[in-house]
Amino acid sequence: MSEWLENHLPKVVLAPSFIAVLIFVYGFIGWTAWVSLTRSKLLPKYEIKGFIQYERLFDSPRWDTAINNLYIFGALFIVIAMVLGLLLAILLDQKIRVEGAIRTIYLYPMALSMIVTGTAWKWILNPGLGIESMVQGWGFTNFEFDWLVNPDYAIYTIVMAAIWQSSGFVMALFLAGLRSVDGEIIKAAQVDGIPTWRIYTAIIIPSMAPIFLSAFIVLAHLAIKSFDLVIALTGGGPGYATDLPATYMYAMAFSRGDIGQAASSAMIMMLVVFAIVVPYLYSELRAKND
Amino acid sequence: MTDLSMPQTQTRTQSATGKIALRWLLYVLLGLFALYYLMPLFVMLTTSLKSLEEIRTGSLISLPREVSLDAWKTAWSGACTGIQCEGLRPYFWNSVLIAVPAVAISTLLGALNGYVVAQWRFKGANIIFSLMLFGCFIPFQVVLLPMARLLGLMGIAGTIPGLIFVHVIYGLGFTTLFFRNYYVTIPSELTKAARVDGAGFLRIFWSIFLPLSLPIIVVTVIWQFTQIWNDFLFGVSFSQAGTQPVTVALNNIVNSTTGVKEYNVDMAAAIIAGLPTLLVYVVAGKYFIRGLTAGSVKG
Repeated sequence: MSEWLENHLPKVVLAPSFIAVLIFVYGFIGWTAWVSLTRSKLLPKYEIKGFIQYERLFDSPRWDTAINNLYIFGALFIVIAMVLGLLLAILLDQKIRVEGAIRTIYLYPMALSMIVTGTAWKWILNPGLGIESMVQGWGFTNFEFDWLVNPDYAIYTIVMAAIWQSSGFVMALFLAGLRSVDGEIIKAAQVDGIPTWRIYTAIIIPSMAPIFLSAFIVLAHLAIKSFDLVIALTGGGPGYATDLPATYMYAMAFSRGDIGQAASSAMIMMLVVFAIVVPYLYSELRAKND
Repeated sequence: MTDLSMPQTQTRTQSATGKIALRWLLYVLLGLFALYYLMPLFVMLTTSLKSLEEIRTGSLISLPREVSLDAWKTAWSGACTGIQCEGLRPYFWNSVLIAVPAVAISTLLGALNGYVVAQWRFKGANIIFSLMLFGCFIPFQVVLLPMARLLGLMGIAGTIPGLIFVHVIYGLGFTTLFFRNYYVTIPSELTKAARVDGAGFLRIFWSIFLPLSLPIIVVTVIWQFTQIWNDFLFGVSFSQAGTQPVTVALNNIVNSTTGVKEYNVDMAAAIIAGLPTLLVYVVAGKYFIRGLTAGSVKG
């Protein structure tokens, strides 16, 4: 008996975690998928009725807004955070004297909760007392900056806060990438008299393609899961002007009592994440096994 | 590895002035960006030290004329989260009570799992690892509904043990990943030699691997602590009045609609809620960054 245990101990140790993941990740995904095919309202029902919840979802103007917001937010957030991150990384890669201190400053927002970030920016963007009144106080009495409460522009305030929070992290990723480029090639290019900007655009940046991919995956993943920041900054409002899929799902699940809608919107979110992450994980794992 | 030094074809004086101007520009730019990142923290701090009167009449970025700690006192022990007015303090301790056991358990399990996956490869171990890894990337919305029901069935809905349970479960993927990637770099000959000498599975883990693991334990603990402390989704979904973590309480304070809006209290509360992770970052930033990059790049 004890010999059997000794031989199988590795499996015995791994088993509880593996079973937990099977149930709480895969089993639960299955449960949500099942319920998304039923007419569940306040309580789950298990009789399958087809894709009725998905039809309701795609007919819902609120979901339409949430998806449009995800496009706007996702595209702006990813592009600007990557451009800013790359710029900061290149600036910091010039043998800066106080690099460590500057890096610490650029990256600290990443340690904060999105709720803290949202609270801070909500105050800064406060139309009556924040930036607007500050600039008015400088003498520009006609200055208006009410994006936070303007249904057409509120989504951009979320982009602003999200970029502040995450761009330092992208900078750290790119900086590590810049440091891993072969120094000999760069030296050779410098000796040949190739201008620095050409060295960056023609040699360094193209060789960092895998890091661009990683940064893209991380940012896209963050964008799709964005929830806390919206809740703290705008609460999804005005109205539901800044809803994202995550806040839509939460509203359906916990305040509207519409479990069917919550489940189907969660499934869509998961499919989007899968479409982005699966090919990436697959190629990463395969590359490692080769 | 590169700098903006001019190519050698230009004359020395030209390149020297050009270089100095460029360096200046570089440092000015870096300084401006530093201001951009520091500005919200500065605004939070100064606002938290002002009186409401001064906030209404003064400018966003002005320094407080009179420094007052009243807002901090209110935020810690008097601010209202809905109907209760006990400040952030009880919720801060809730977060501690959730984070400490959840971090400890998920780190320990991750170490054991990583050790098995990296050093005791058996048939199917890779598939198991891939399946666990995948769990890191799901949007948690997809497990919220069944988890809420399960916690209810288990009788721990809305309790702190319930939240610990949830954080341990969904932290396992990452902790396993961290330790697995670390232990893979340790030669398997070490394990083989120890087995020849008669050491068993747990003995090898305890006497050989654990003593080597300090750096990765620090990385994992920091990662898990930051994740759990900053969590809002699980906290808001699976808690009830009295068991809410600090992020949920902060959001309730800021968005409570009763009474006068006390912006200074909001800012003090936000800083209090952010302080533990900020401290961890300042003290152990190197490990924090390592966790971030390991958690996101190494798939």
